[in-house]
Amino acid sequence: MLNILVFLAKVIVMQERVHEKLSILADAAKYDVSCASSGSDRKNTNKGLGNTHPGMGICHSYTPDGRCISLLKILLTNYCIYDCAYCVSRKRNDIKRAAFTVQEVVDLTINFYRRNYIEGLFLSSGIFKNPDYTMERMVRIAKDLRTIHKFNGYIHLKAIPGASDELMKEAGMYADRLSVNLELPTEEGLKLLAPEKKRADMIQPMNFLKNEIIRLDDERKVLKKVPTFVPAGQSTQVIVGAGKETDKDIVHLASRFYQQFKLKRVYYSGYVPISNDARLPGLQSQVPMMRENRLYQADWLMRFYGFNAHELLNDANPHLDTEIDPKLSWALRNMHFFPIDINTADKMLIARIPGIGMNSVNKIIAARTFSALGWDQLQQMGVQLNRAKYFITCKKGAMEKKDYTSGQIRRQILHQSHSKYLKLHTPQLSLF
Amino acid sequence: MEIYLYDGSFEGFLTAVFDSYKKQGVIRKENAFVPDMFATTISVQTDLEKADRVWMGLSKKLSADGLHQFFAAFLSEIDVIEDQLLNYARYIFENQLTIEHDFGNAFVLFVAQTARKVHREKHRMEAFVRFQLTKDGIYFSLVAPDYNVLPLIIRHFKERYADQRWMIYDRVRNYGIYYDLEKVDTIWMEMDKQEGIWDPNENDYQALWQTYYKGANIAGRVNRKLQLQHMPKRYWKYLPELR
Repeated sequence: MLNILVFLAKVIVMQERVHEKLSILADAAKYDVSCASSGSDRKNTNKGLGNTHPGMGICHSYTPDGRCISLLKILLTNYCIYDCAYCVSRKRNDIKRAAFTVQEVVDLTINFYRRNYIEGLFLSSGIFKNPDYTMERMVRIAKDLRTIHKFNGYIHLKAIPGASDELMKEAGMYADRLSVNLELPTEEGLKLLAPEKKRADMIQPMNFLKNEIIRLDDERKVLKKVPTFVPAGQSTQVIVGAGKETDKDIVHLASRFYQQFKLKRVYYSGYVPISNDARLPGLQSQVPMMRENRLYQADWLMRFYGFNAHELLNDANPHLDTEIDPKLSWALRNMHFFPIDINTADKMLIARIPGIGMNSVNKIIAARTFSALGWDQLQQMGVQLNRAKYFITCKKGAMEKKDYTSGQIRRQILHQSHSKYLKLHTPQLSLF
Repeated sequence: MEIYLYDGSFEGFLTAVFDSYKKQGVIRKENAFVPDMFATTISVQTDLEKADRVWMGLSKKLSADGLHQFFAAFLSEIDVIEDQLLNYARYIFENQLTIEHDFGNAFVLFVAQTARKVHREKHRMEAFVRFQLTKDGIYFSLVAPDYNVLPLIIRHFKERYADQRWMIYDRVRNYGIYYDLEKVDTIWMEMDKQEGIWDPNENDYQALWQTYYKGANIAGRVNRKLQLQHMPKRYWKYLPELR
């Protein structure tokens, strides 16, 4: 009897301990923005648990900050040998520390997944002892999930800079995605805020992964059985607003990394003030959410709309306009491109019109082969005419008869729109 | 005007399309029909052969995607969907070419947009279903979708949870789907009290999930509007993290 009581008491204490660990290690992991669970295609062919076919991501819940929860995003541990100024888990920060066991992470992942809470696991970690020691445990978790539990859900592992190539290779066999964070957009920023880290150490594993992916893709062309290797590719993250970088620095960096390392995504994480270190924005400062949003818009324009980084940001325009979106901003600087005829123009030219997203572009291209399109039809297809009307002609000619200057268009659009973030800047006193 | 009344099933609807095709009739569900003294009603007998002929006819003119959209739009169960689909079907059959992408046409656009709404709801169910483990090892979930989307989510859940028995029950339409490790069946059941039927660890995993949910939030970035936009309030009561 007593034995049973002792056993029960132990179970309860253990469960409380897992609750506490989860609370600490989810809190510490939340500054990593990526929650993507898409882009992989791991079919459930072994009658096991989980399926990432056909590679669509699912957001299972949304926290009060409006961000999606798709993966169980936790740190293996928040003990860390480094002291990066912008990081909550930095060595000299006085916070509670915890570390999961391999079994605990596996158990949480499986049980959350079975209840349809999550698409899979996003595992990151503070650096405990040394990079290899940390990476080894992370790989163990992914391996156990795949082999012992026949888990086909999504696994995203953080690659720890400085871990050996062998571990990185093994990680790639089990994970759907690997990522190395660039942390800060400029090397000066890194030197100032994370003097123990070097850009070169982060680029090394990215390079390794890129080459492995290319090598195995080539093998796949001639051999039948080549193991999958990070099918959802690699991504990275930069912190925005912790240093003094311009939007141009950030977007040009992203563009370079998309090309050089074939990254699937670059994430932009608005710096959340967590310290009163004089090198950083103070604790009272706002998270630069508007800026972050514009950076994502610019990123989308580069990846899907055929824009290159120089068109969006250059020495004359080093920052994105916060009042209007980057596509509109580009259009107002390049009025000579317009008006564009919806019924005849090339697809990628239509994609450049403000107020027309890729969904509408596809509808327009499909529909205009049947009959020439007019204003009503465009509106019903979802085109934002309040912005688009200055830049297009259709079956019925142009909607705006007057020739407006870009300044006038800008004012009119701002006047009609209700931005989520900004109210129209009116002078404090309007006397006339 | 003639009103064709069908039993509410998809096969019934296709039969009604067949019967009413050459006439100027409209199609209505028999249980939702309010008698109209100026109209004659015709009761449609669901006939799989007729239904099949209409479906085969459609499949010659539509892509697999287009066929799926036709079915998805039907599952919306919205008031005017029968009229819209009938007009759409007529437009399809009257044309030599595939008109599936003629979004300048009002019926085509309406069906495409309705199918899109149904798809959004399907996707939401794939996201917001929450299983609770019962004592006898069944993962059970109660849902109340806006549209009749259970037929559309069977494959997703069957492929994903191939190694566990699960049941998803639509409490609005009062039927469910049950996977027994082999196949998925449609089931009906009485909703009794749900106390005492859960696995002893069930509560603890829900509590762990709530802990995780709290930990993942960044207070400095609060944006309730965005949260609501993605996850409207009507889904909340089925989500343990928001109870």
